[in-house]
Amino acid sequence: MNRRENLKLLFTGTIGSGFLLTACNPEDKKLEYSPKIGGGTVGGRIPDEDLRDQKLLSETFFTDEERKKLDVLVDIIIPKDDISGSATEVGVPDFIEFMVKDQPSYQTPMRGGLMWLDHFSEDHYGKLFMALSENERMQVIDAIAWPEKAKPEVDTGVRFFNMMRNLTATGFFTTEVGFKDLGYIGNRANVWDGVPEEVMKKHGLQYEEKYLSVYLKPEDRGEIAQWDEQGNLI
Amino acid sequence: MSFQTQSAGEEYDVIIVGSGAGGGMASKILSEAGLTVAVVEAGADFDPAKEEDRTQLRNPWESPRRGGGTQIRPFGDFDAAIGGWDMEGEPYTRGNGTKFDWFRSRMVGGRTNHWGRISLRFGPNDFKRKSIDGLGHDWPIGYDDVKPYYDKVDKLIGVFGSKEGIYNEPDGLFLPPPKPRLHELFMIKGAKGTNLPIIPSRLSILTRPINNDRGVCFFCKQCNRGCQAYADFSAGTCLVHPAMKKGKVDLYTHAMVRKVTTNDAGKATGVSYVNKLDMKEYKLKSRVVVLGASACESARIMMNSKSKSHPNGLGNHSGMLGRYLHDSTGADRMGIIPDLVNRERYNEDGVGGMHVYTPWWLDNKKLDFARGYHIEYWGGMSMPSYGFGFAMDTMRKYVKDEFGNPSPNGGYGAGLKKDIRSFYGTTVGMSGRGESIPQYSNYCEIDPNVVDKFGIPVLRFHYQWTEHEINQAKHMQDTFEEILTNAGAILMGTKPGPETMYGLATPGRIIHEVGTTRMGNDPATSVLNSNCQAWDCDNLFVVDAGPFVSQADKNPTWTILALSWRTSDFIISELKKKNI
Repeated sequence: MNRRENLKLLFTGTIGSGFLLTACNPEDKKLEYSPKIGGGTVGGRIPDEDLRDQKLLSETFFTDEERKKLDVLVDIIIPKDDISGSATEVGVPDFIEFMVKDQPSYQTPMRGGLMWLDHFSEDHYGKLFMALSENERMQVIDAIAWPEKAKPEVDTGVRFFNMMRNLTATGFFTTEVGFKDLGYIGNRANVWDGVPEEVMKKHGLQYEEKYLSVYLKPEDRGEIAQWDEQGNLI
Repeated sequence: MSFQTQSAGEEYDVIIVGSGAGGGMASKILSEAGLTVAVVEAGADFDPAKEEDRTQLRNPWESPRRGGGTQIRPFGDFDAAIGGWDMEGEPYTRGNGTKFDWFRSRMVGGRTNHWGRISLRFGPNDFKRKSIDGLGHDWPIGYDDVKPYYDKVDKLIGVFGSKEGIYNEPDGLFLPPPKPRLHELFMIKGAKGTNLPIIPSRLSILTRPINNDRGVCFFCKQCNRGCQAYADFSAGTCLVHPAMKKGKVDLYTHAMVRKVTTNDAGKATGVSYVNKLDMKEYKLKSRVVVLGASACESARIMMNSKSKSHPNGLGNHSGMLGRYLHDSTGADRMGIIPDLVNRERYNEDGVGGMHVYTPWWLDNKKLDFARGYHIEYWGGMSMPSYGFGFAMDTMRKYVKDEFGNPSPNGGYGAGLKKDIRSFYGTTVGMSGRGESIPQYSNYCEIDPNVVDKFGIPVLRFHYQWTEHEINQAKHMQDTFEEILTNAGAILMGTKPGPETMYGLATPGRIIHEVGTTRMGNDPATSVLNSNCQAWDCDNLFVVDAGPFVSQADKNPTWTILALSWRTSDFIISELKKKNI
């Protein structure tokens, strides 16, 4: 093997990427030999990304008390209905647990907001949020869930609940159950041949006549394209 | 950490720094001419067809952040480009009062791995702007010089579109475009009665095969993740890897080039790079050096290539290196189409980008800004990922019940769940991407006080928008409002006003930065001649967007590819003639 072949092997082949995994800092090595926690992003990761995901997954942000409150809140926001299950059923609290570590700017508003719920409950009912009756609890939620009706003195609570609503909705609809609920049927190989005729009709729309002969015809997708002298597709 | 210099010992014909659009094209053309080539890339190798590299067709739940962005993938966890505006250990700085963000990708193929695939030719006017409006400078070449290369790029790489016969939006050798999506039909309706054209978009995505090496689009809308069928263009899949298969091309990955080495006669002799794996410095030798590291990175390498023969850095004899840095302008607006609430479900993913767009359509003589912009359209029933379902505290009111009563903003429970369902696929948006006027006073230079983790001095940016760009953004906002309203959309948020420069994006955010090593006819006012050859070093060439004299209201990639091919032809011919 001459030097060029050797270098080529080192930096371009599979040996190159193996080299990368074993030759960095000691932390990388630890990752290689310790069992991986499931749940890191799949596909195309560089070692730094894997390390970061594993680190975040190995840490816990929420206390048990906080976690109980979180479970209650997410199921108030996304409950089970006749189409799909609830937020806790699809693991939304785990998703939020990850997100507050992934985007640390969530941490103080999240921790503080959960505390605020207790302060508010204590001030109005003399009990902590989790000790409230179902009826009392929903009174607290109603005080902060409707931004346009909420009193200015609960602004903090409104902001917290907006954040909870965002994270819960996103956490729910980005699951398999959420896809089914929404009726999202993409992310698969298919052939796009335009908007279904009846849908266009419903909205009073149609394709422009002059482009009908220009648009892709699905049956041509197997034929290698060629052009004439004027650059017209043959 | 030890520091030593090693040499590969052999001399290449050509060293190419960077493996994106410019470097990739040069690697293919030069190696096919029989030259020995080293491609030196700062990141890792990448091939979206390899299962371990694949992010295409992943579901959001395969990411713990559900596809949300990270520091090194600001466009989402499954986006193919690794790097971003803020890279650990690779800082850059800004002069007082400057806002400029620099996006980099460290991988084979560079930013071509995730770009929008919008592949527009510059038109005849785009090369001669000063002759038209008196601002900036003309290119030393014209459309006729580049046209043959655009034609060849179309055939080699593939682009869909429609022949329109618009003078400054030249037609190419097109593949058939896909039919518009539903929200795009709404926008076409919105433009009726105005003089704003909406025509099939021009994207480098194969709706039909162009050869037996690459597959055709299967409509997953995920070109930004890289395509396992190679049905879209990226420099790795279409240029660098094929070149390695066919020719004498060595790829050096994880290799951060520090400088171009020169001899006492001032000629380039090769490059010096830091191997990121062992943090040692290595040298490669060649007869010709080609820089395609991106406009700013190539300028940085040249500035850092100081020597006895080039005391101010390579290509900087006239102090023009780094000057005339400019990015495209950008502004956006979003609306919701009430008619689409509770819309029918079907798979409308389509290709990885818009199916229609608007080329610049007005005469600047009648306007208070000098250059045009094109419009991109977005919306539809996209795959939900991180961020989906957000903002119901402000947007839920747009969902109305069967009696026409709007839902209250915010809320919770089954009612909220139902409204999110109803809301799905109702938003549409327009984005303007326009031409700015290159300024001598907008530039990058070496910051004498800061080095990156490889010990290489970093760039410091200086950039201010002018009245032309601000007035153009104002015009964009007026256009967006008119067309979205005509299309039956309710505009979201408040219209950006003068306090935000009408929503004009921070320079660098549109990722079309060009001009730092511009070409020209006069060595006193340019870095390169019209063949992208350094005035002060005849075996040094630049093939990224640095040579652009002006960035048209088009995306730069197709022109980078065409110019790189043209420059490569020139290099081959000069080597044959023994001129370099």
